[in-house]
Amino acid sequence: MPVELKVNGRAVTVDAAPNTLLVHALREHLRLTGTHVGCDTAQCGACTVHLDGKAIKSCNVLLAQVAGREVTTIEGMAAADGTMHPMQAAFKECHGLQCGFCTPGMVMSAVDLCQRHPGANEAQIREQLEGNLCRCTGYHNIVKAVQQGAAGMK
Amino acid sequence: MGAIDFAKLPHIGEPLRRKEDYRFLTGAGQYTDDIQLQGMKHAVFVRSPHAHAAIRSINKTAALAAPGVVGIFDGQDVANDKVAGLPCGWLITSTDGQPMKEPPHPFLAQGKVRYVGDHVAIVVADTVENAKNAAELVEVDYEPLPAVVDVRDAPKGTALHDVAPDNHCYKWAIGDKAAVDATFAKAAHVTKIDLVNNRLAPNPIEPRAAIGSYNRANDEYTLYVANQNPHVERLLMTAFVLGLPEHKVRVIAPDVGGGFGAKIFLYAEDVAVTWASKKLNTAIKWTCERGEAFLCDAHGRDHVTHAEMAMDKDGKFLGFRVHTDANLGAYLSTFSTAVPTILYATLLAGQYTTPQVYVEVDAWFTNTSPVDAYRGAGRPEATYLLERIVSRAAWEMNLSQDEIRRRNFITQFPYQTPVALQYDTGDFHACMNKATELADVAGFAKRREASKAKGLLRGIGYSSYIEACGLAPSNLAGALGARAGLFECGEVRVHPTGSVTVFTGSHSHGQGHETTFAQVVASRLGLDPSQVDIVHGDTGRVPFGMGTYGSRSISVGGAAIMRALDKIEAKAKKIAAHLMEASDADIEFANGEFSVKGTDKKIPFGQVALTAYVPHNYPLDKLEPGLNETAFYDPTNFTFPGGTYICEVEVNPQTGETRVDRFTAVDDFGTIINPMIVEGQVHGGLVQGIGQALLEHCVYDRETGQLVTGSFMDYAMPRADDVPSFTLGHVCTPCTTNPLGTKGCGEAGAIGSPPAVINAVLDALAPLGVKDIDMPATPSRVWQAIQSAKQ
Repeated sequence: MPVELKVNGRAVTVDAAPNTLLVHALREHLRLTGTHVGCDTAQCGACTVHLDGKAIKSCNVLLAQVAGREVTTIEGMAAADGTMHPMQAAFKECHGLQCGFCTPGMVMSAVDLCQRHPGANEAQIREQLEGNLCRCTGYHNIVKAVQQGAAGMK
Repeated sequence: MGAIDFAKLPHIGEPLRRKEDYRFLTGAGQYTDDIQLQGMKHAVFVRSPHAHAAIRSINKTAALAAPGVVGIFDGQDVANDKVAGLPCGWLITSTDGQPMKEPPHPFLAQGKVRYVGDHVAIVVADTVENAKNAAELVEVDYEPLPAVVDVRDAPKGTALHDVAPDNHCYKWAIGDKAAVDATFAKAAHVTKIDLVNNRLAPNPIEPRAAIGSYNRANDEYTLYVANQNPHVERLLMTAFVLGLPEHKVRVIAPDVGGGFGAKIFLYAEDVAVTWASKKLNTAIKWTCERGEAFLCDAHGRDHVTHAEMAMDKDGKFLGFRVHTDANLGAYLSTFSTAVPTILYATLLAGQYTTPQVYVEVDAWFTNTSPVDAYRGAGRPEATYLLERIVSRAAWEMNLSQDEIRRRNFITQFPYQTPVALQYDTGDFHACMNKATELADVAGFAKRREASKAKGLLRGIGYSSYIEACGLAPSNLAGALGARAGLFECGEVRVHPTGSVTVFTGSHSHGQGHETTFAQVVASRLGLDPSQVDIVHGDTGRVPFGMGTYGSRSISVGGAAIMRALDKIEAKAKKIAAHLMEASDADIEFANGEFSVKGTDKKIPFGQVALTAYVPHNYPLDKLEPGLNETAFYDPTNFTFPGGTYICEVEVNPQTGETRVDRFTAVDDFGTIINPMIVEGQVHGGLVQGIGQALLEHCVYDRETGQLVTGSFMDYAMPRADDVPSFTLGHVCTPCTTNPLGTKGCGEAGAIGSPPAVINAVLDALAPLGVKDIDMPATPSRVWQAIQSAKQ
């Protein structure tokens, strides 16, 4: 079943079975492997991408549901010359990542969080990041990164 | 080069930003599941739905006819191939001199399944979906047997293995029992404790994955696997299970999304995809689902302990005796047997001068997932026990939590404990003092009043931990039962133009070795860290390696690199001496330049490197060309990180909810190379420890043996709003037994924090008469404890 959509600014057609999840379409069909699968119950957030600019868990959406819509993955965040998005840069500067596995989902959630709550304080950031699990960083530096990234996005 | 000179080099102690981050932040990391090989098939495992059952028969006919299926194998196929079972890497000898009971551990079950999730068959198909559908069609006729999941039930449970009719694996002990008992006879006070160290699921966010690939043309195998020690994986798999020649097997652990111990071990799935890849002559990928990970990744902890501390009238510890029942699960995982013994009991002197310690450990088989090393591996269990009983002793003796610790701190080093270890260095008073200051203990009383005004109970908890890292001198480990060496290997390859590639047997799965190790090498050679690349995780590129666990990478792996650098420097000095027409002994090397002592003659490192590869003006009669050195380093002792953690919690007595309000961690890691990375390690460890104390618990149903906490919806992982930001501090007494002065920092946070949290909870609840609570101190448990204390 061919589905047309826009991924990272590019029009694509994915021909996949009707029960294909968006995350599998991205990873297996489009080979955008920066979006990760960390669980099977939509709890960990490693698969977070933007759908029409809003963070969603791509393991919880069918490819067919996003026909005609615009998906942005972690691969689409840096500028064409490779310069990182201010949130990506803040994660590096603040050491907001270790093994890197939750990181793409964390960055996608963080960007959305800052768009919705540009002035979020620490408690609000922690609450808003509830949908993304990280086992390495203890969240301390992720919170700092989100604060710094928010400033960079203004 | 020695540790004192090393610490003064440029880049040592600098918070350099990580070299690996760009690829992770832009989605370019390559984890095992991201790899797609030509013609690759997909594997799904048929797993036991029963905790304990005999397998009467397996019928694969319908499944083999299902769409896309290329092969299905079960335990009979494994037996027919005369392939061995998974080995245990550490032999424990019981107190009666008998070796531990070591039952077979086939990688596909033969005749019996022993835990929910046990591997029954591997189904290989063209897609994951077809493999899953076919797996549903494999008919297994089970005869269920009674299950036992709790160590306290194990002795009377139905036997899992013929070799262990009472489910007992070993009884092990350390210390002088008679001498300890004698201290109790003269004690002014004895404090007793019974506690459970809760079973945990490691849960790295990247689930395990493996791709076995056989190449018939060269008769070679490649295994891509999410693993912390690819050479160990290869050694165990080739020599002990499949009987393959090592040189025909390449194991690659690419980017790995966290390990925490769970990815140390040789697992059934890794072996099965490798073995099946030859049988089907194709590459086979298996990617674990989270639900499977809960069932079959090795779990951590699961101890039940009784302990008693004898004291004099001033609270000086005289003797400590301990009995622990340890749950090993259904089979012996790779390092399972060492965790509740060598890595646990030897730490029970802690930071204290307790002259006599005796520890007895009974280890049991149960119908649960195998239990093995999880972040800290034995040392968290030791620290939790010791720091709980020390705080309880303080309360019983009417001393403050810090005072009882100060009265018993070791102050003279080196210090020989009564349980085998010799601490080389430390400053426990300095850690306590710094923690007291950073935690603003002086302001606690005021904060307690403020909490009270809000109807909340505030408590403060202490934990002064010591742990042993850098495992270990190989000969000592061998004498204690290790079946492998525990050295590390490093190769330093200087390229003709002076840049460097380092090949290390350590493996980074979040620790940032690509940055820290580059700092070490760049500092030594006077280069910019950008000129040094670190290669790890590939038996085809790295000469050898024992991998990363037990916070050993910098102290053992880094030391191997230092030894290789010593060789590089020695050879380069000879080349420089030749170029400057001086004697070798007069050459000095600093800041990337070779100079002749007492003259102004000097040449840069790059010129020497180029000369080594373009040896026109070169002492070819005395020296080989090239500048490439390999070193193996075997440590002479463990390293001993230590510190004091202080936690403050607020408990809501109406709901039982506990919130960690402040957490201060002061650690002595010796020399710190990259403080940003070290602090990140501490943050992560603290949250795993707080998770154990307040949230996490693997629960099996005591009757059926079913895993109750089998997903992220049932097992409470710490989330961002469950924890606070942290206050960290450092004390530095450099390690005296390795050339960097480092002690290791990967596990400290998870080791030191659980007792600090629980002691704080008990301090908060003390006014209500609550004296004990087990981890995890969930709202329901806290509320229950409050209600029980009222009666």
